[in-house]
Amino acid sequence: MTAQIIPSRTAAEAALAEAFANGKAGLPGAEAVARLRDESFAAFARAGLPHRRIESWHYTDLRTLMREALPIAPAPTREQLESLRKEIAALPAQSLLLVDGVFAPELSGALPQGVTATSLAAALASGRPELIESLAAAWADADDSILALNAALMLDGVIVEIAPGAKIAEPIHIVYATLGAEPSARFSRSLVKIGAGACVRIDEISLGLGGRTGQTNNALILEIGDAAEVGHTLALTDGRPGSMRLESFLVKVGARAKFDSFALITGAGLVRRQIFKLFEGPDAQGTLRGVSLLRGREHADTTLFVRHAATGCRGRQNFRYILDGESTGVFQGKVIVSPGAQKTDGKMLAKTLLLGAEATMNSRPELEIFADDVICGHGATCGGLNADQLFYLETRGLPPAAAEALLLDAFAGELVDELGHQGLVAAYRAEVAAWLAARAKSETRSAA
Amino acid sequence: MAAVQETIERVKALDVSEYKYGFFTDIEADKAPKGLNEKIVRFISAKKNEPEWLTGWRLEAYRRWVTMREPNWARVSYPPIDYQELYYYSAPKTALGPKSLDEVDPELLKTYEKLGIPLNEQAILAGVEGAGSDGRIAVDAVFDSVSVFTTFKAELAKAGVIFCPISEAVQTHPELVRKYLGSVVPPTDNFFATLNSAVFTDGSFVYVPPGVRCPMELSTYFRINERNTGQFERTLIIADKGAYVSYLEGCTAPRRDENQLHAAVVELIALDDAEIKYSTVQNWYPGDSEGKGGVFNFVTKRGDCRGANSKISWTQVETGSAITWKYPSCILRGDNSRGEFYSIAISNGYQQVDSGTKMIHLGKNTTSRVISKGIAAGNSQNTYRGQISSHRKATGARNFTNCDSLLIGNDCGAHTVPYIESRNPSTQFEHEATTSKISEDQLFYCMQRGLSAEEATALIVNGFVRDVLQQLPMEFAVEAQKLIAVSLEGSVG
Repeated sequence: MTAQIIPSRTAAEAALAEAFANGKAGLPGAEAVARLRDESFAAFARAGLPHRRIESWHYTDLRTLMREALPIAPAPTREQLESLRKEIAALPAQSLLLVDGVFAPELSGALPQGVTATSLAAALASGRPELIESLAAAWADADDSILALNAALMLDGVIVEIAPGAKIAEPIHIVYATLGAEPSARFSRSLVKIGAGACVRIDEISLGLGGRTGQTNNALILEIGDAAEVGHTLALTDGRPGSMRLESFLVKVGARAKFDSFALITGAGLVRRQIFKLFEGPDAQGTLRGVSLLRGREHADTTLFVRHAATGCRGRQNFRYILDGESTGVFQGKVIVSPGAQKTDGKMLAKTLLLGAEATMNSRPELEIFADDVICGHGATCGGLNADQLFYLETRGLPPAAAEALLLDAFAGELVDELGHQGLVAAYRAEVAAWLAARAKSETRSAA
Repeated sequence: MAAVQETIERVKALDVSEYKYGFFTDIEADKAPKGLNEKIVRFISAKKNEPEWLTGWRLEAYRRWVTMREPNWARVSYPPIDYQELYYYSAPKTALGPKSLDEVDPELLKTYEKLGIPLNEQAILAGVEGAGSDGRIAVDAVFDSVSVFTTFKAELAKAGVIFCPISEAVQTHPELVRKYLGSVVPPTDNFFATLNSAVFTDGSFVYVPPGVRCPMELSTYFRINERNTGQFERTLIIADKGAYVSYLEGCTAPRRDENQLHAAVVELIALDDAEIKYSTVQNWYPGDSEGKGGVFNFVTKRGDCRGANSKISWTQVETGSAITWKYPSCILRGDNSRGEFYSIAISNGYQQVDSGTKMIHLGKNTTSRVISKGIAAGNSQNTYRGQISSHRKATGARNFTNCDSLLIGNDCGAHTVPYIESRNPSTQFEHEATTSKISEDQLFYCMQRGLSAEEATALIVNGFVRDVLQQLPMEFAVEAQKLIAVSLEGSVG
């Protein structure tokens, strides 16, 4: 196991190197940004695509799973953007549209007072050093080659700034859309800066095939000011077979702030969601939740790095998986309590239901604790549906399939219900129900 | 409660960072030249008068080891080890092949007496030490690279149990050694196991024939004495169908400024309906209060529940070593087999512990239970690392894991790294872990009843580790409890 191995460059790595060499002149940003891109790409080139021997990628061997690097989608033209106008009519208000990773302000809805949105390209060109610093997110201390690749190739994204004290009643949507009929690759990096005392919700959703095909490497950075209240949801739903979605989510939480995030993953080709969360100021609260529903040969990986750097913060991480068919679920959660972060209260729970005989679940809930006055715990369970519960429901007259669906719906729905917001709960419960219905349908088909 | 009282007295009686086994025996040693190469491997093999196949086996391991890199994934850090600066063979000159205790160097006997391990069967019979089923424990005493004496061999032989140094077993029972050696931990397994395969010098060999319940506890006592010497022992325990054996292992080393290397391999094989209980009280020299010196303990321990309904149980109390890198594991191959792991890992000073277990569920209806209690104090780092996995065909596998960590003081760290890999919907894995400090309320309650802070801490810690202590053979439990108190000394108040 410890024999020395010198990896050779894969076709995908070579293609990415070529894409960077050919495309870097056209990427936005002045000299300092170009230097940052070069450094980031060099870091990626050194490490290569992450593989089994990289501890945080142990269960998602991208080196093997990513056979090819698709060509990067070109920036959309004005006419192409216009062609989307009909589709966007159905979008909720306050939608910020990213078309193949490029922010389209002309298609985006009006924003309330206290909220501004600009494109990443414009921000990089403006040379505002504090924005560039925010975008680099050095605080995350993420030694991750996929994030480095994102930093090197980021084409665009949206920068949202929310003024201190602003109370934004309606959620702001970041909408991923695509133009290409051909599968392509997209690299975007977005930033939401939330001023002290502000109150807002950010929902990430997809339009049509946006983010559901091809290869996506997105990074979203959230900087939450002191005493702000922020909700966040991400719908990674209905991914198409063969698609690959790499989502990096970096959250910095200020003192006394409240943060709550939920994500639903269904129909993943290959999804890797990595969250880097830092409790920077004292007495903050942060919750991360996620539900992954997988079938077929889907693979979804949720990896968390939660660092408590301040005293008295409360962190909750709660994740559930339902794995059918030959799917693979990965949960890795690392909670780090830095020296001096006393009175930390951290809890993490990952529960899995394995339905498919060929399904695999890998979970690794980790604790790394350097302060003594803390209460930290984690739990992980993995098993099939409880036969007693099924039997109970069947004695009440439910057919086996309905009994199973009821239990599955309750298992996944429990976390959805915690969202609290009625509209969101209804929307996500509908997604869960749709997944269960599709599963039941495919089961009857295969039974017939 | 009596034992708790004893703990407290022990704490009071001792100075800070007392390591009572830190003495050094001045005894003439027969050593191989320094360094490691094929010649040394042949030298060790020749010293042991080994058959050709075993020399070849060692050489193959050595050649493989040269191509390997030291693993760096564990949460421990230490200066690079210069493997050419070590002696790979050191034996007390007078120790070879004593027929009776009279032939054993009196210096050695004194050493073991000082360690509380009398090798005199009469003394043991007189009840000085031990309390097995009938008050006796058979001991194999390993001093640096060789086994110096094994007690009760004759009596065990009557029951058909073979208990002898592995170097002797190679001569007397080559067929058994050849069949089982390396069958659980292959020579290619990992860097330290491969090194051990190349240069292992001694260790214990146990074979319990079918249907035999070993009449007494077996035990090996390891002692590193010589300077700059690595100890590479290899233990092989085979419980044939329906057999039962309980084995204890203890270890100490002198106090030295430089680090000593200990890279052992332990292989357990349980056939149908057999049971092996393996208990360790590891008390290698942990280094001084500044973190200088101490033993590097890189150990590969693995049990193979090869037969149906077999059971392997690991119990360990880890208090010593500057660095511990050890993951006693169970391969649950036989249907309905069971693996258990009970561990208390205590670190103080600048100790670094990265320890845990692996439970590999391969057979049907296999069950495993992991209870790990980590206690970190001083500037130490204490990591639990465990893997639970189920194979596609392991229907009905069950695991329960509980790992709790207790932090005493501000400068230590406690970490938990479990790997839970399930490939079968009928498996049921449950894992829970907590980390906390000693509750102020509990301390207050105890102190308000008249206990001092140190007494109260000892009481709470003893309660914290009780689940594991209960698994130890009785006489070891008392010893372990004393050790816990000594290890935590100076960390309270």
